[in-house]
Amino acid sequence: MSIRIAVGKGSCGIAAGAQKVYDALESALQGSAVTLGTVGCIGMCWLEPIVDIYEDDRLAARLVQVQPKDAGIIADAAKSGDYSGVEALRITDGDSSFLTQQTRIALRNCGIIDPESIESAKAAGGYSAITHILKDGVSPEDVIECIKVSGLAGRGGAGFPTWFKWNAARQSAGDEKYLICNADEGDPGAFMDRAVIESDPHTLIEGMLIGAYAIGAKEAIVYVRAEYPLAIRRLAHAIKEARSAGYIGKSIMGSAFSCEFRIKAGAGAFVCGEETALIESLQGQRGMPRLKPPFPAQAGYWYKPSNINNVETFANVSWIINNGGEAFAAMGTEDSKGTKVFALTGKIRRGGLVEIPMGMTLRQVIFDIGGGIRGGKAFKAVQMGGPSGGCIPASLLDTVIDYKKLAATGAIMGSGGMVVMDEDTCMVSMAKFFLDFTAKESCGKCVHCRIGTKRLQEILTRIVEGKGRGGDIELLEELCSGVKDGALCGLGQTAPNPVLSTLRYFRDEFEAHITEKRCPAHTCTDLLHYEINADACKGCTLCAKKCPVGAISGSVKQPHSIDQKQCIKCGQCFANCKFGAVTVK
Amino acid sequence: MQCQCSKTQSDLSLLEPVLANYAAVKGSLITILQQAQEIYGYLPMDVIYHIAEKTGTTPARVLGVATFYTQFRFQPVGKYLIMLCDGTACHVNGSARIAAAVQEYLGVENGGTTADGLFSFSIVACLGCCSLSPVMMINEDTYGSLTPAKVLDILKEIQAKEAAQ
Repeated sequence: MSIRIAVGKGSCGIAAGAQKVYDALESALQGSAVTLGTVGCIGMCWLEPIVDIYEDDRLAARLVQVQPKDAGIIADAAKSGDYSGVEALRITDGDSSFLTQQTRIALRNCGIIDPESIESAKAAGGYSAITHILKDGVSPEDVIECIKVSGLAGRGGAGFPTWFKWNAARQSAGDEKYLICNADEGDPGAFMDRAVIESDPHTLIEGMLIGAYAIGAKEAIVYVRAEYPLAIRRLAHAIKEARSAGYIGKSIMGSAFSCEFRIKAGAGAFVCGEETALIESLQGQRGMPRLKPPFPAQAGYWYKPSNINNVETFANVSWIINNGGEAFAAMGTEDSKGTKVFALTGKIRRGGLVEIPMGMTLRQVIFDIGGGIRGGKAFKAVQMGGPSGGCIPASLLDTVIDYKKLAATGAIMGSGGMVVMDEDTCMVSMAKFFLDFTAKESCGKCVHCRIGTKRLQEILTRIVEGKGRGGDIELLEELCSGVKDGALCGLGQTAPNPVLSTLRYFRDEFEAHITEKRCPAHTCTDLLHYEINADACKGCTLCAKKCPVGAISGSVKQPHSIDQKQCIKCGQCFANCKFGAVTVK
Repeated sequence: MQCQCSKTQSDLSLLEPVLANYAAVKGSLITILQQAQEIYGYLPMDVIYHIAEKTGTTPARVLGVATFYTQFRFQPVGKYLIMLCDGTACHVNGSARIAAAVQEYLGVENGGTTADGLFSFSIVACLGCCSLSPVMMINEDTYGSLTPAKVLDILKEIQAKEAAQ
C-alpha cells in the first residue's frame, strides 16, 4: 500500500499558511516511504490549510486548519497508519457535509489532483474526451449537437446557450478563427475561475481544445487577470506539458486538427469581462466595448470569427462529451441545466466554493451547505451577480436557483458570486459600494454610463453622509432607468441593478437615512450617535482612556459622558465598554 | 503643465529584448507595457515615448492605453507594494478598518508611497481570496483574515527585517 500526503495549495490555502505546512511536512517525512504532493483548492476555504492522507487512492484522513507544528504528528500517523494522534485535526462530520451535499462537475478534480502534473490529470480521466473525438472521428457538428442536448449555458453571467455561439462561429465563413477563454474574473466576490485554473488547468485546456475543434479554430487564447499570478503560472506549466504530450500543436494525435495555445495577462479593467471589450484589449487597445452586431462569432479578434466562453463553461465540456449531453441535462430545472459553481462568502459560517445542481434553493445553499450566518446574527440579504446583480432578502430565501427565477427577483445568476450579509450590513452603503465600483470601472464610452453612474454615486454618498434630500429616491430611480437604456454594454446596462434591488427590498432603509438621518444597521458613521447610559456606567474610565480624541470626560467611579462636538464616532468606547453602558443610535 | 518627458532618464537599453520580441507583433502594446513596468517598476515618461517610437505609434496612444488599465503606474513605487482588497466580501468584513490602520500607521494615502520609499499603499479590486477576507497582498505574498492589530504586526515585521539589513 502506498501512502500519500496532499497539501491544498491554492492561493487561499497558501495565504492561510499551506506552504509553511508543506515545508514542515517535507522535513518531517525525510527518509520515509510516504510521498508528499500538492493539490489545488477543495473549496473549503474556512478550513485552510487542509492536508489529506491517502492510502492508495482512498482518502484515509482529511485534516484541517493544520499548523506547521502539526507536521510531526501527521508524519507519524501517515508512516504508522495509526491516526489516533491526529484525531483532533480531523474534519468534523458537520464540516464534511459541506462537500457531500454538492454535485461536482466543473470542480470534479479540484483539490484532488496535482495541478502541476499532466499524469495526475490523465489518471482522473483528463484528455479522454478529446482523444475519443479525434480517434473515433466524432464530427464538429456532433460535438455541437452533444453540447446542445446538454443545455449548457454560459457560466460567466449572461447564460447564453453555448452550442448556439459555437454553431454561429462554425457557420461563419473563413479559415482563420479564434477560440478565447474569458478568465478575467473581475466580479468582486467571485473566485471560481481562479480556483479551476489553479487546481485543474488541464480540464480547462481540454474543454478549450474541444471548443476549438468544434468551431474550427487553430488558435486558442486564455485572457487571465494579472491579479492571479499563481493561476497564470500553473496554466503556463500545464500548456507546456500538454504540448509535450501532443495535445497542443500541429496534427494533434495524428488527426487533421491543429491548435496553438497562449496566455494573455489582462491589465486590470472590469469592463474587459465584456467580450468585445476583451477583444479590444487582446488587440492591445483600451478595453472599450464594440457595437453589436456584428457579434464576435462573425467579426471578433482581428475581425475574424471568434468564440468566447468563460472558464467554468469550458470546465464542463469534457465531462459532457464523456457522459453524454443527456446526463448533464438530467440535472437542473426546465430552464437551467446542469450544475453551477458559487463562491459563498461574506458573513457566512462556511465560506468557499459550492457546486450544486440548478434547482436547489438559496436557503439550502446558504444554511444547509454554508452553515448559516457567522456569530449567531440574523440573515439579511444575499448579493448575487456582484455589481451587475442585486440583493435577495430573507423573504425570498426559498427562491430556486435557475436563470429565470433569479432574474425575477431583480438579481441575476451572474458568474456565481454569493455574498451573504447579516443584520449589521447597511444596504444603502452596499448600494453605494457597488456604484463606487462601477463608476470607477465605467470605460467612459457611453455618456449615460460614464456620467450616470457618477451621479448615482454622488446621490448615494450624500444619503449615507446624512445629507440626503426629499426626492432623492425618485431621482435615483429615474437615473437608473436612464443608465440602463443608454449604455452599450452589460456593464452600464446592469450597473443600476444593485440600487434598484436594494430600493425594491430595503426602501425603508433609504427613507430612514434621508428623513430620520438614521442608519438602521449602525454602520454609516456620519449618522451614528454614541451615548453613555449613566445608570449602567461604573466609572471605570476605560472608555475615556481608549477615546482617541479625548471626547469622554468623568471622574473615577462616576458616570462618564461624551462630548458630541468632539466625538469622531470611531466606536472605540462602544467596543471596549465591559458593562454595556455605551449605546449607539 | 510643463512637459514631463525629459524629466526622467531611464536606461532604455533594458527594454531592447522586449522590443525585439514584440515591437513588430501587432496587438502587443499591453504586453510591452507590462514587461516595461516589470523592468522599471513603473512606466517613466521617456519609456512611453520610446515605446511609441519603436512601435510606430504616437505617445498619446500609448499613454491612452496605459492609463486605461489599473495595473500601470506612472510613479515609482516602494520596495513593498501593499495591495489591500476592497472586493465585496472584504468590504462587508471590514476592509475599511484595515485601510484606516495602514494609512494611520504609515502616514500614506491610497496610492501614496512612504517617505523612506519602503511602502506603497494601494486599495485594489477583488484579489479573489474572498473566504479569507479581509485580504491584502504585499508584493507576491497574500495575507488573510486581517485585523487592524494583525496588519500592524505584519508591517512592523517588514520594517524590523529591513532595519536589520
